[in-house]
Amino acid sequence: MNPKKVDKIAVGVIYAMSGVIVLILASLLLFILWRGLPQISWEFLTAPAKSFQVGGGVGIQLFNSFYLLLLTMLISTPLALGAAIYLSEYAKQNWMTDFVRTAIEVLSSLPSVVVGLFGFLIFVIQFDFGFSILSGALALTIFNLPLLTRTIEDSLQAIPATQREAGLALGLSRWETVTRVILPAALPGIITGMILAAGRIFGEAAALIYTAGQSAPALDFTNWNPQSITSPLNIFRPAETLAVHIWKINSEGVMPDGAEVSAGASAVLIIAVMLFNLGSRYLGRKLQKKATSA
Amino acid sequence: MKLKKFRILLTLMAGLVLTACGEVVDEESITAVGSSALQPLVEAAGEQYSAENLGKFINVQGGGSGTGLSQIAADAVDIGNSDIFAEENTGIDASKLKDHRVAVVGITPIVTPGTGVTNVTLEELQGIFTGEITNWKELGGIDLPITVLNRSSGSGTRATFEKWVLGDDLKSVVSQEQESSGTVRQIVANTPGTISYVAFSYVNDDVEALSINGVEPTDKNVSTNEWIIWSYEHMYTNGEPTGLTKDFLDYMLSQEVQGGLIEALGYIPITKMQVERDFEGNTIPAENP
Amino acid sequence: MEETQSKFTQKSQKRKFEQFGRTISFICIAFIVLVVLSILYFVISKGLSTFTTDGVSVIDFLFGNTWRPGEVGENGAPLVGALPMILGSFYVTLLSAVLATPFAIAAAIYMIEISPKNGKKILQPVIELLVGIPSVVYGFIGLTVIVPFIRNIFGGTGFGILSATMVLFVMILPTVTSMAVDALNAVPRHYREASLAMGGTRWQTIYKVVLRAATPGLLTAVVFGMARAFGEALAVQMVIGNAALVPTDLITPASTLTSILTMSMGNTVMGTLENNVLWSLATILLVMALFFNILTRWIGKKGAMKK
Repeated sequence: MNPKKVDKIAVGVIYAMSGVIVLILASLLLFILWRGLPQISWEFLTAPAKSFQVGGGVGIQLFNSFYLLLLTMLISTPLALGAAIYLSEYAKQNWMTDFVRTAIEVLSSLPSVVVGLFGFLIFVIQFDFGFSILSGALALTIFNLPLLTRTIEDSLQAIPATQREAGLALGLSRWETVTRVILPAALPGIITGMILAAGRIFGEAAALIYTAGQSAPALDFTNWNPQSITSPLNIFRPAETLAVHIWKINSEGVMPDGAEVSAGASAVLIIAVMLFNLGSRYLGRKLQKKATSA
Repeated sequence: MKLKKFRILLTLMAGLVLTACGEVVDEESITAVGSSALQPLVEAAGEQYSAENLGKFINVQGGGSGTGLSQIAADAVDIGNSDIFAEENTGIDASKLKDHRVAVVGITPIVTPGTGVTNVTLEELQGIFTGEITNWKELGGIDLPITVLNRSSGSGTRATFEKWVLGDDLKSVVSQEQESSGTVRQIVANTPGTISYVAFSYVNDDVEALSINGVEPTDKNVSTNEWIIWSYEHMYTNGEPTGLTKDFLDYMLSQEVQGGLIEALGYIPITKMQVERDFEGNTIPAENP
Repeated sequence: MEETQSKFTQKSQKRKFEQFGRTISFICIAFIVLVVLSILYFVISKGLSTFTTDGVSVIDFLFGNTWRPGEVGENGAPLVGALPMILGSFYVTLLSAVLATPFAIAAAIYMIEISPKNGKKILQPVIELLVGIPSVVYGFIGLTVIVPFIRNIFGGTGFGILSATMVLFVMILPTVTSMAVDALNAVPRHYREASLAMGGTRWQTIYKVVLRAATPGLLTAVVFGMARAFGEALAVQMVIGNAALVPTDLITPASTLTSILTMSMGNTVMGTLENNVLWSLATILLVMALFFNILTRWIGKKGAMKK
């Protein structure tokens, strides 16, 4: 056959298949939004959940999701960053490094319920943190470290070797080269990694059921004493997140409007993820501008 | 520049930990873990209790009856919620545990509407769940294959259903399984010819509850034991309860919960039961009928 | 004099700094490795106790096809054959990967070779959004859309490997696509230019040069997608039917390792056979993850050697 014809046909097929993907993904998103958006109101976003009556909201769950995300990121980002720097800049290419990489990646394919139970037995029971945001954040950290380390390492590696050499040639130590040259340059990649990780944190349910728990005690948003159970800041209070709430409604929920609340909560979750992604991208661009010009 | 950030992060984290150990507030909380069937009730009661007793918090979590029994036996929590007697579970030292029965749930077979069958005999029900009866027309319904849907093995609802329907000798056919009542109800509602079982509180218009031997699945029939598929909801403590735990358990048995919340949530108050059953299934008339 | 001496004998500020950085990053990696190893130890030791404490034979466990934990068979051994779940996991994983791969590669080609602008603007944000949807929602949509669809077309109940494959297909698509994009991105620009300069058409360049050069990376993407499919629980559990039967076709209910594991975990009492055997399932999952991982590495090495 004429190569030009083949070219046309092949490109056409690719267009069609990409079109199918966009169609599937877009209709998935639209389906969720279409079912959920009508449920969303200011009331829904701020009211506490009801366990068996009509009219529950997701206010506390929404706050918990963000707070848990923040805490998990605070714990896991420095760890993953350090580990990725070591793997990418210091580690020798030998079987030990290979072993470490394999071990980390194997962890990432464990079903999250196993991580959740591990967190339950270790953090909740052994360390006596109880069902709490802290236990949840630690479990999510375990769950997230492999992916985060891996993506940060990849984005560090993607920086051309010439940049490192330039740094060393200027008389910077390796550590200074990494922190002042490589990291700012790799920032967009790191941000993408963090966004993907954040998405998983927002959407994770099974690992949290046994750690952060599935109840959301009423919060008093005027109480800022972190020791009080009703304080939103307390890291030792149980905290049901949005994803866990959706799971709970679908599995054992007895409220009559369960289907509506679950649809609304799913839409809120997607919008939250979207806002978070946009926000962190914007922030990342600003940060990079500052870091690379300084 | 990055180093600075590290430091900020570390200070922030240290700050969080420090403030957590700061001032002491006069608050008290207990944790109850276990049965997901009992969870909504204890949660609602806990909220109500907290509203009436400022500074007292009841932290209620699910995780399943197995988790509840394991953790209360290990003394890791204050209350272990369970759908089944601790004695029925191997691997649990029931002698140390104190049983508090707070409610009763009736369990009923449910089917997709439109099978043409609304009443079965106990033998027929056994036939369905052991796989001997495979089409609704054998029971006088329409020509439609029967799909059996079980709860996952070990679930309290399944244990109760099999104990009273299949007995000790019959074994359920290998079938589809689902983990939660909500999913079971949804699948039964949407898949023609499916049969499963849920607690009374999960029955709605989307599914049809079956009568057995002409007895309808109602709270009243449970309280007289005419409807035999029911179980207690247990709240176990390790040894005699004290302090807040005792106070809360008393509250669970008070008229406020028994007469109000329990019925609102679709459970049957323990105070209404005219019979009592022990873990071997022996029936005795209740002390306070 | 003393000042000069100290300058030579003491570590310089820079060196101290360097050591500080090195130590910090080493502590991070050491900590992570410690956590990983303790989880692995935790899971495997519990998983092995099925065989050591409860005396189940490994052969019976791996190749037995009756799964009724808590009951014993005619020979007195517990009925804990995991073969139905192992096969179920394999089928859904392989099928969803086979289905997702061509679509993911086509999308990646579109984003990198044909229309990078549109790709970056539309596909990438959508993919990042999809990662954040909880599995429960995927499962719920599978239950309300895919299961009735399959039932109407193929008959049966609609629950089974086919439905699970469809749900997993959508779930792993973002992962595989974004990794395939990375793989195509890594192909040096001058490869394409050389091919086009020799008079190759766009498709010839893509098919004979870019895809060939990116093969190891693409395979890695597929393997990662398979690992994700293998470990997915909540969504699969809602649509596969969870019947512990050796799968005979695609539209009868089956089960996977993770679906059974997640379903039964909370209902069993720690330390009993019923609980231990679930940890054994988790151990199989770990071994499988290790297998996928080694496969990825092996493919990567083979590809690298050809260059």
